[in-house]
Amino acid sequence: MTALTTQYATDKAAKAILILSMSYLLLGLLLGITGSLQYLYPEFLKEDLSFQKTRPLHVYLAITWIFTAAQGGLYYYIPRVAGRPCVWKQGVVIHFFMQLTLSVCIVICFFSGYFGGREYLEFPPLFGLLILISWLPLVINFFFTIRPKFGKAPVYIWSWSTGILFFFITLSESYLWLIDYFSSNIVRDITVQWKALGSMVGSWNMLVYGTAMYVMEKISGDTKIAQSKEAFFFYFLGLTNLMFNWGHHTYIVPAAPWVKMVAYIISMTELIIFGHIIWKWRKSVSAAVKNFQLASYRFLSFADGWIFLNITLALIMSVPAWNFYTHGTHITVAHAMGTTIGINTMLLLASIYLIAKTEIPLQFQKHKKKILAVSIIANISLLLFWISLIASGLVKISGNLKNLPFAQIMLNTKIWFQIFAASGFLLAMALMFLLFAGISCFSNRRNQLERN
Amino acid sequence: MKKQLIFILLFITYIIYSIIIYTKGTEEKVVVNAADYTSIQKGKTLFQQHNCISCHQLYGLGGYLGPELTTAYSDTNRGENYMRAFLKAGGARMPNFHFTEKEIDNIISYLKYVDATAITYKAKE
Repeated sequence: MTALTTQYATDKAAKAILILSMSYLLLGLLLGITGSLQYLYPEFLKEDLSFQKTRPLHVYLAITWIFTAAQGGLYYYIPRVAGRPCVWKQGVVIHFFMQLTLSVCIVICFFSGYFGGREYLEFPPLFGLLILISWLPLVINFFFTIRPKFGKAPVYIWSWSTGILFFFITLSESYLWLIDYFSSNIVRDITVQWKALGSMVGSWNMLVYGTAMYVMEKISGDTKIAQSKEAFFFYFLGLTNLMFNWGHHTYIVPAAPWVKMVAYIISMTELIIFGHIIWKWRKSVSAAVKNFQLASYRFLSFADGWIFLNITLALIMSVPAWNFYTHGTHITVAHAMGTTIGINTMLLLASIYLIAKTEIPLQFQKHKKKILAVSIIANISLLLFWISLIASGLVKISGNLKNLPFAQIMLNTKIWFQIFAASGFLLAMALMFLLFAGISCFSNRRNQLERN
Repeated sequence: MKKQLIFILLFITYIIYSIIIYTKGTEEKVVVNAADYTSIQKGKTLFQQHNCISCHQLYGLGGYLGPELTTAYSDTNRGENYMRAFLKAGGARMPNFHFTEKEIDNIISYLKYVDATAITYKAKE
């Protein structure tokens, strides 16, 4: 293991991947705003850029932000964890260009109306295979550079390895619908799709949580956390969660009830343990170290808060009797937004700012105050956004209980959609600022001079 | 070694569990004749090609701009004619996709089939 400040030849490509990931989120946020306007003004771009296109564009770019930011971070951390350069340096550059080309092609397909039509993976199926191929340089560099000895490896190595392995398994599984045996039976098709997607989210979480554990270790300087029994207990709970917790998505699809209950318990425990670890870590960090790395620290703390908020919501949603009402409402979207923005994005921004602080401390110092202020705006607007989604979900539940027509329910929800659009706009602006700050840290020429 | 063992045990359980889900856990309950099967498959293809899942849900999968469609066919407030009208001309939120009559028939066949499988869903209702 080497210090974060040690320079490696692959750092430039790793930072380019991080810039690419932030660009995905920037574009995804713009399309998210467009989509939210279509809720308020249904005629807005209805024929030219309908919700049929804006939603998959937004979802694809938001998801791609998460795993690409995790990949960029990994390329930066791999040589530092291994204490030697990446075995396939050109592979990092190849990865960058494959990722860029693929995402441009997918975005063009969506704009042109070419769809595979599957939830979350709405691009034509061929791109699924190409995405898997684009991950190969990461696989080679990760496993052959680190050469993990799992008996003694810290928990983040386990998390990253699991994330990579299960991304391959679950993405492949999500294309089983191409085989007639799965496609011809809707119950099997939907169940396997929920299974694959649920576990795929778990694989991203493994990559992100592994990154968060590594960042925590670097900030606190305490290597014992990532080797602790508690951390591994959490990891194995997370792994069990990844494998089996998708069941709580399928209450409405025929499946054994005990599968759902086990999934529910596992899912809740994982979040509680993870929150507990961050809480414990925060107490152990001295005040001086806290101030020194405040930006990353603050983002980790925000993620901590969102974990607790999402536990509450997930608890409500996972009780079968209540899930019947919350299912198919924006309460589910609130949970997804709380997880992807509140937890994943905050953790990934913590990682990005840690790298920025390491690479160009003087330039980063100039942005720091603004980043800290805007992070508060982002989280307040996210809270409003989250509440408005829950409220619109409650209005829909009330409408369904009264057997109101869909159009009437949408009309009753209008005020919450207005708050949703306004807070979403503010949130998007705040996140855009945070992303621009990150991009400027990695791309500014003066920063290169400072580094040299 | 203990950690590796736990991982291997979990992984084997996951594989076995997946096989059970693929086979026993998701057996087909609705019998479909050959003619309907072709129409259903064409309807499903159209449903995917037009990315209907972006606005509508089937068994909870999909977007929320439009209504959930799992039991739309047997819904007393909606039903076949109501869906045909939207498929023909679009709606306030739904673009007009200019489907032919044959394409509309196929999509309706698919949604009728989905509706027939939604036993748990209807039991809850």
